[in-house]
Amino acid sequence: MTELIERHAGGDGTVFESDEVHHAAHEHHEPTGIYKWLTSTDHKVIGLSYTITSLVMFVIAGALAEMIRIQLTSPNSSFVSIAQFNQLFTMHGSLMIYLFVGPFAFGGLANIIVPLQIGAPDMAFPRLNALSYWLYLSGSLTMLLGFFVAGGPADFGWVGYAPLSNSVYSPGAGPDLWIAALLLTGFSAIFTGVNICATIFYLRAPGMTMFRMPIFTWNMLVVGILILLAFPVLTAGLVMLYCDRHFGTHIFTVHGGGVPVLWQHIFWFWGHPEVYILALPFFGIATDVIATFSRKPVFGYRTMVFATITIGALSLGVWAHHMFTTGVVLLPFFSIMSLLIAVPTGIKIFNWVGTMWGGRVRLTAAMLFAIGFVITFLLGGLTGIYLASPPLDFFTHDTYFVVAHFHSVVLALVMAGMAGIYYWGPKVTGYMLNERLGKVQFWTFFIGANLMVLPQYWLGLLGMPRRVATYIHDPQWQDLNRWATAGAFVMGISTIFFVVNVAYSWWKRVPAGDNPWDAQTLEWFTTSPPPHHNYYALPPIRSERPTWDYNHPGAPALVHGHHETPEDAELVTT
Amino acid sequence: MKAEARLLLFLGLSFLVIGLVYWLWSGENAGGMMLMASAGLGFLPGSYYLWWSNRMRLRASDRADASIADGAGVIETFPGSSIWPFTLGMGCFCVALALVFGTWFALPAAGLIVWALLGAVIESRRGDPGSAASHH
Amino acid sequence: MSSFGAHPGATTTGRQTYHLWQGFTIGAIVVGGITLALIVFAAVRYRVRPSDDGVPRQTQYHLPLEVTYTIIPILIVLVLFAFTVVVENNVTALPPPQLTVRVQAFQWGWRFFYPPAPGTPAGQVKGPYAFTIAGQTTQTPTIEMPEHENVRIVLQSLDVVHGFYIREFNFSRYALPGVTNEFTFNAQQTGTFFGQCTQYCGLYHSLMWFQVKVVTPGQYVAWARSQQTQAANLAAIAAAAASLSQGSAGLPVRPDIGGGTN
Repeated sequence: MTELIERHAGGDGTVFESDEVHHAAHEHHEPTGIYKWLTSTDHKVIGLSYTITSLVMFVIAGALAEMIRIQLTSPNSSFVSIAQFNQLFTMHGSLMIYLFVGPFAFGGLANIIVPLQIGAPDMAFPRLNALSYWLYLSGSLTMLLGFFVAGGPADFGWVGYAPLSNSVYSPGAGPDLWIAALLLTGFSAIFTGVNICATIFYLRAPGMTMFRMPIFTWNMLVVGILILLAFPVLTAGLVMLYCDRHFGTHIFTVHGGGVPVLWQHIFWFWGHPEVYILALPFFGIATDVIATFSRKPVFGYRTMVFATITIGALSLGVWAHHMFTTGVVLLPFFSIMSLLIAVPTGIKIFNWVGTMWGGRVRLTAAMLFAIGFVITFLLGGLTGIYLASPPLDFFTHDTYFVVAHFHSVVLALVMAGMAGIYYWGPKVTGYMLNERLGKVQFWTFFIGANLMVLPQYWLGLLGMPRRVATYIHDPQWQDLNRWATAGAFVMGISTIFFVVNVAYSWWKRVPAGDNPWDAQTLEWFTTSPPPHHNYYALPPIRSERPTWDYNHPGAPALVHGHHETPEDAELVTT
Repeated sequence: MKAEARLLLFLGLSFLVIGLVYWLWSGENAGGMMLMASAGLGFLPGSYYLWWSNRMRLRASDRADASIADGAGVIETFPGSSIWPFTLGMGCFCVALALVFGTWFALPAAGLIVWALLGAVIESRRGDPGSAASHH
Repeated sequence: MSSFGAHPGATTTGRQTYHLWQGFTIGAIVVGGITLALIVFAAVRYRVRPSDDGVPRQTQYHLPLEVTYTIIPILIVLVLFAFTVVVENNVTALPPPQLTVRVQAFQWGWRFFYPPAPGTPAGQVKGPYAFTIAGQTTQTPTIEMPEHENVRIVLQSLDVVHGFYIREFNFSRYALPGVTNEFTFNAQQTGTFFGQCTQYCGLYHSLMWFQVKVVTPGQYVAWARSQQTQAANLAAIAAAAASLSQGSAGLPVRPDIGGGTN
């Protein structure tokens, strides 16, 4: 059943009729119940499905992490066997990276928010959008099936390096399920990338020029392009690995004339853009949240956009900084490119500071999470600079220093994700999340994250390798591991607070209203939750913050602190 | 469409430069090849958009002074609820399971996929019984 | 100056790496400290007071400031890169070695192949290697090398990717199947240094241990000679047993313990 969406010009030129009116004109049977969910093509329903599914993956992967941390509280622990431990860290990493962070960001939040932010009635290809979700769900189930087959799930690390991942060294159904799962989720991501780009290019509302889109949407556009560039490479590599495993090819094996390190080139050519695909949406969330809760426009909007594009461009040229210790890559090229990519990231951090500067900062739960993200990401980003220097990478690679680095970064992203949930949750559900529980969740997560990560940096410098089920008998190593385990469990407690908050807020049902935060971007103009096809009416769009302009006609953005001129006022309130 | 064209062409050009520098300096073929292909992926739609943007009137979403009324009219046909994405998704799930558990899974896979593709195409053609798309 | 957690390095290149580490860390503390202070200051200083919830000045950009905090990081990055390249070239350099040791990594242990000890008459040892040291997992094979000499490691893998890592040398390198990686150490102090595999390689990855004992050149020669003699003796016994077993079907053949490649 297809629907035609039309805009109608009302008396004051701002009315936008949704198809609710059309629906009244003719009868058709609206699906109900579970069939409604199975057949929905509404980006908000699909996005919410993605968000909930990915958070379930987060909880499962988090439980695996706690098991890892229990095993590492003492050397020679037999909490799990070595074989089980290898499966644990493989599945923890795989679930988190392939099935949680990415899908949460581009399948969940972006799906719901991007059409709203640009005034579109839905994504450009709603059925393709729905297909993306079903592929993601199937892929997640395929990956989890590994726990139920003989031999257990894949155990070669989330990166699946060849030749370890071929059928000689990793036989069985578990690795094949891992490959099949990633083929499904890979196509899911590619279709979402198509949808994001097409939606942003073609469905913006009148007056919503490219340079008036919110920073979150800009970041999602670059993410969409990166997805289209990177994911097909991973998919091709996985197909090659499958062929090596089952069709007797010799692409990644020495016997037969293959090149094992080729797997690493292919994997990381996807793998590095992937970490920016993961990070950029959360940068976007932080930008929107910080601007709203500082009551100021985004500081350096254009610079932010150019920084994001630069990150996107550079991210394709740094992949072999994951391969410095192979001895077969061009060290200085990847070193300078990796060091350079720190520059636009730093620009973003300074712009966030600039946004808060001179503002009226409200430390809501969302804002606390956003600031916690910036601080934690600063630490993770700085340690990344070390890793961009090959000599320093030589002795930190594959140690807990790297583990700490990427957990700093990823836990920062999780905080930004929580900021997004507290910020946009009311818009999507129509109900407020409890602020006090949110702040408790934030502080426990922030403390837990840093409590885990700081000892791990130290452990890496002391020489503890990664992916190890046991370590040498050294009291200092044991102490540091125990602190890290404590941090991990504090984060687990934080997650419990989150679940409690969601349940409590759903029960309490405090209505949010259209714009509980006095926020600036377009999505806050419509109702909470938005109606079918998103907007009954649209305001005039004259800047990057149309809702703010509509609500605050007397407070236009000032340039360089110049006083408002009559022309400024006219431009904004037209 | 000019901004979109510039964005994609800028990315294509970046990858071309990065790719050439990398390939000539390192002689490593896999990375060089992938970067060239990425440059192509920027140039292909980018040049298309550039060509079009020189020939089309500014859309309402590209004009800084557009009013909502300027965007009045049919936006697009959006398929409402549809069972075909789910069906196609389940077909692809069967393909994945066929890769792991045996080729016999390919039978339900093929069935579901063909059924879904047919259904989706017919659905696009037929449209919603009450809407304009079906009146032809 | 503080070590900031890293080891000062037991080799020449390890020490250079250590100094690079210190430099980077000072830079990180300065830049990170300033940035952290700015973030926290902005969040605290501009907190909304309950009495005042008005609209603040809506400053949107400040081009000179933005250009400044673009240019300065670029300059910092270029300086970091310059120092990196200098140290990197030294670490990866291959000066002529006084000793070359071939290392094979396999699931899940190490085998080290040594050339004839200094002073061995030519022709006494058949083949390029006089003796091997090998061990699996917690057997932790222990090798020796002389200090103040260039020791070249020739690293290979028999199966999957492994990582050759010694913390005190501030160094690691992959053993990549199909590739031979070479690097040189010049140890500056004696001592016993623990090494392990850092690249995940399967079930017993966490137990793939070895040890490197740096000794004076004189001690090294003594050790090498004694290893060489032992290997020669074992080879003689193995040859004798093999010739015996050719005559009697029931006698077991000694497995090859050392002395040459497999």
